[in-house]
Amino acid sequence: MSYWIHILILVGIYLILAVSLNLALGYTGLLNLGHVAFFGLGAYTSVLLTDAGVHFIVAFLAAGLVASLFGLGLVLITRKLKGDYLALATLSFHFVIYSLLLNWVSLTRGPLGIAGIAKPSFFGFSITSNTAYLFFVSSIALITIVIIYKIVSSPFGRLLQATRDDELGLRVLGKNTTKLKAKAMMLSAFFAGIAGSLFAHYITYIEPNSFTLTEIILVLTIVIVGGLASIKGTLAATFIIIAIPELLRFVAIPSAIVGPSRQILYALILLMILLYRPRGLFGRIDLT
Amino acid sequence: MMLHVEQIYKNFGGITALDGCTLSIEKGRITALIGPNGSGKSTLFNIISRLLKEDSGKISFNGQDITTSDEVQVARQGISRTFQDVRLFRNLTIQQHLEIALSDEDEFLLKSLNKKTDHDQKIKEILHLVRLHKPLQTLATDLSYGQRKLLDLAIAMAKPHSLLMLDEPVAGINPQLRQEIKEILRTLHQQGETVLLIEHDMNFVMDLAGYIYVLDAGKVIAHGEPRKIQQNPNVLAAYLGE
Ligand SMILES: Nc1ncnc2c1ncn2[C@@H]1O[C@H](COP(=O)(O)OP(=O)(O)O)[C@@H](O)[C@H]1O
Ligand SMILES: [Mg+2]
Repeated sequence: MSYWIHILILVGIYLILAVSLNLALGYTGLLNLGHVAFFGLGAYTSVLLTDAGVHFIVAFLAAGLVASLFGLGLVLITRKLKGDYLALATLSFHFVIYSLLLNWVSLTRGPLGIAGIAKPSFFGFSITSNTAYLFFVSSIALITIVIIYKIVSSPFGRLLQATRDDELGLRVLGKNTTKLKAKAMMLSAFFAGIAGSLFAHYITYIEPNSFTLTEIILVLTIVIVGGLASIKGTLAATFIIIAIPELLRFVAIPSAIVGPSRQILYALILLMILLYRPRGLFGRIDLT
Repeated sequence: MMLHVEQIYKNFGGITALDGCTLSIEKGRITALIGPNGSGKSTLFNIISRLLKEDSGKISFNGQDITTSDEVQVARQGISRTFQDVRLFRNLTIQQHLEIALSDEDEFLLKSLNKKTDHDQKIKEILHLVRLHKPLQTLATDLSYGQRKLLDLAIAMAKPHSLLMLDEPVAGINPQLRQEIKEILRTLHQQGETVLLIEHDMNFVMDLAGYIYVLDAGKVIAHGEPRKIQQNPNVLAAYLGE
């Protein structure tokens, strides 16, 4: 039972991460491979601030804001790039952040990581039990989904989708697509940042290797399997992708194989989707 | 004078697309820009709407120099245009396209979350005018070529503007629909619209435009009222030599 609570907490965190990536990727068409860097920035921001005695709530929101500011920077630097080039540039952004976390030892303790991270406490409560954490994470995930749903179904969200479909066509209608993309990326990064905070204070240990390329591929797989520009799809896919591989544990195979076979399973799911359901489970948008 | 273009030059590598092009658009009139394929018509549109930068020359729109503006700014200053190859947002519906064109506050997230201004009435009028009778929730990607041309025209009309620039609105369209689009343009003219219209086919604009410019190899080789253009030997030669 407690094991499944652990899995559900991870589902909640990845849900926030994946829905926010879908805002940038599926709705706005920004092929951002740097999303996990926002996640890591949020985790470190939150941990460093709470370690310095800052209140958890403040650190939690700061995690989102710091990620958001980096999101703004990323959009401004890459504003002339599209498609594959944007993907490459955002991927190098990921590596820049990764090496920053690894090499700025005086701040981040580098490869040693930061251990013994405090569980969140606010308004006199301390969230120590996993059940309480699950409740906390689920609430934040729910709020995130509601907010992102409101955004994408608003007139503003309509413009994000138009930017994705034909940026130039939208500019000649007098809409400043650079600002739109910046706003979308900042919102997307904000939620990745708070997901990072939730992750760090749950696992209570972070190191740069918590935020690697494997994580990007995982989140990307969730979004693609669920379908671009579909929140319902991301929801379903997060459960499928995070929870199903856990079943492997109950199959009698040596643990040395469980790790790699999980990667193989992700790859298989992704391949099946690309071949037989290129729009994902619930997507309306083509992958091109 | 609504729009004045003076001595515009534009080269692409070795190709001269515009070679000192000068023209003026008067308010409330349909002005046609005709000429053989490759004579520089679309390039001139792109320069006026700031998608391309001229090598040299001047452009003023409603008395303002717009050569320092970008495409978003001139759009906001009141230029609305279509493209020779229709540009639509493939995953959006007819209604969403027109809402985007008609809204002016949708770029602000918070305003956009709170306010639900819809333009149902206006959208109905515009679709009626262009005679696009499809359910509002139809996706752009599910429209036929002709319907896409009509939606494209509707969007350009819906976007707030003082000058409407149409790049070959009837290209590749069947004779009946061509006639209908001509009627739509006449209605626009009656409503006082100022239109700059690119058309390859001279006959289409003869009984529609109030004034015609003929472009050949990037130069205006003739301009005037339709009847005079029709008889101009240079114009006939340009078309024959195509
Ligand atoms: N982006 C471009 N790059 C290179 N050459 C171009 C470009 N756009 C137009 N041209 C060339 O400029 C000339 C004028 O083209 P265009 O303005 O499209 O003519 P029209 O619209 O009158 O048919 C043609 O020779 C065309 O090949
Ligand atoms: Mg052309």
